[in-house]
Amino acid sequence: MALNPAFIGRTYPAGPSYLVGREKIREFARAVGDDNPAYHDPAAARALGHPDVIAPPTFAIVLSLEAANAALFDPELGLDYSRVVHGEQSFSYTRPIVAGDELIVTTVIENIRSMAGNDMITTKGTITTVAGESVAVATSMLVSRGEDA
Amino acid sequence: MSARIAFADVVVGTELPAASYPIDRLTLVKYAGASGDFNTIHWNERIAVEVGLPNVIAHGMLTMAEAVRIVTDWAGDPGSVVEYGVRFTRPVVVPNDDSGVTLEVTAKVTELLEGNRVKIAITAKFDEQTVLGRAQAVVQLS
Repeated sequence: MALNPAFIGRTYPAGPSYLVGREKIREFARAVGDDNPAYHDPAAARALGHPDVIAPPTFAIVLSLEAANAALFDPELGLDYSRVVHGEQSFSYTRPIVAGDELIVTTVIENIRSMAGNDMITTKGTITTVAGESVAVATSMLVSRGEDA
Repeated sequence: MSARIAFADVVVGTELPAASYPIDRLTLVKYAGASGDFNTIHWNERIAVEVGLPNVIAHGMLTMAEAVRIVTDWAGDPGSVVEYGVRFTRPVVVPNDDSGVTLEVTAKVTELLEGNRVKIAITAKFDEQTVLGRAQAVVQLS
């Protein structure tokens, strides 16, 4: 089932802000087995020049995928989430995400295409503080695996 | 930011210390909870098989998170990673047993960039096969 190409270029305004918690960063770091002190110990993070514990480089996915869900779960898009696998992911950071940040994500559907019976959708989430400071951009390409692919 | 590695000490071809990271079913449960990604193919064998997978597979984002540790452990300050991208080329299949699987990660500097930054290529293997394609990070060195 092909995805609706009319969604290309659609922008989804930021939803409610996300307050980055110190414990959430620690939980995420523990889940990926990473005991780097910069994620766990505020004093260690400060010694590196950060105001508080920082988030691992892939933490932004927690915000960006949640924001993208507004688009991905739109029935008119036609995405069967049980058939979705992650195809590509990239992040670029203006600065690391820090505990205490209050962040918002604006999402745009950059591309939708079909190849070999699979549908591919690329979303770009621009992450800023509520004050408008640029923090990161997260680009995700998801693949909806075709019945015969 | 204060990476412990100095740009002057790095050349194209510099290899980062290799690392290996375990992934088992408990890892997947913890990652699902911490990330909020509850896609059933990462925890429900029945659904995974129904959609044509050999078994439950690891979240690509978990693999991506573990693979970059080779860079953040080397650089010292994880905040020195300014870009990181991967393609998920092969699923990491996680059996329902007590041992799980191991991700073997190597990395080396491939390019020296402006402003004391370097590009690093990361290779992540499971079962001796590459699971990430074009895995690259750009790191701000001191």
